[in-house]
Amino acid sequence: MNAAVLVFPGINRERDMARTLKLVSGTAPAMVWHAETGLPAGTDLVVIPGGFSYGDYLRCGAIAARSPVMDAVRAFAAKGGLVLGVCNGFQILCESGLLPGVLMRNQQLKFICRDVYLKVERSDTPFTRGYNAGQVIRVPVAHGEGNYIADGETIARLEGEGRVLFRYSSPDGLIDPNWNHNGAINGIAGILNEAGNVLGMMPHPENHVEAIVGCTDGRGLFAGLAEHLAKAV
Amino acid sequence: MKARVTVTLKTGVLDPQGKAIEGALRSLGIEGVASVRQGKVFDIEIEGTADRAKAEELLKQAADKLLANTVVENYRVDVVG
Repeated sequence: MNAAVLVFPGINRERDMARTLKLVSGTAPAMVWHAETGLPAGTDLVVIPGGFSYGDYLRCGAIAARSPVMDAVRAFAAKGGLVLGVCNGFQILCESGLLPGVLMRNQQLKFICRDVYLKVERSDTPFTRGYNAGQVIRVPVAHGEGNYIADGETIARLEGEGRVLFRYSSPDGLIDPNWNHNGAINGIAGILNEAGNVLGMMPHPENHVEAIVGCTDGRGLFAGLAEHLAKAV
Repeated sequence: MKARVTVTLKTGVLDPQGKAIEGALRSLGIEGVASVRQGKVFDIEIEGTADRAKAEELLKQAADKLLANTVVENYRVDVVG
């Protein structure tokens, strides 16, 4: 795995992400500053971490989405390169047009920082091959704007094409408004682009990869990606 | 030349911030507020042109590319002279 972690001013979860990528794949990622116009040669995974790029000014992710490095990410994604955006990274992917829809203020107006349960809808993607379809995983969220919405036609397409990979659920996998902590439409926590190589998700799987923190449910995502990329070589 | 770009949420898009402001106005005892929708205002100075149409075109570009997310927001450009 030759991952590149993008670093924007105001991002604060890039080290968690780098630590996890190294831990799971054995290779430390390249840290790529937002002003760069290219990605390191041989990059096979771009990760946009969480945090508060540009202090969430204007709209979450809006300014980061227009930075020079994002043109390189667009070109990389257009050629089929794998892109993972977590939390602010998901917001940046939506703002950059790589994913449809937008993350609005949480319905309850509160910043939510706690563990949530996610139902993994599919296991036949590079991002979820480390899980079984229907499996429920526990991972933390930490966001004020995670309420995913898009127009009805887009939602119908996402659902019809199986592009919702993660959904907020009960510990038993029940999709229920009581377990949808931010009001996202259909409990959507993570979606794929049309080509299936760009994933955006609000929760932080990178924070649940070591037994010492009490849960390793996030590990499957990174282990699956590492396996996928190792086979692709 | 001075201009104002006003960005508002599209009709039907849930506005929890507007709702909270609405609730706060009620709790202040301000009567007759039926609903509140919040938005953003950008006051922009344009240089290098005195052509209104050109300035409007420029600001529309700015709004489409950055100031508004047209998935959920509408915008209005007013060149005030």
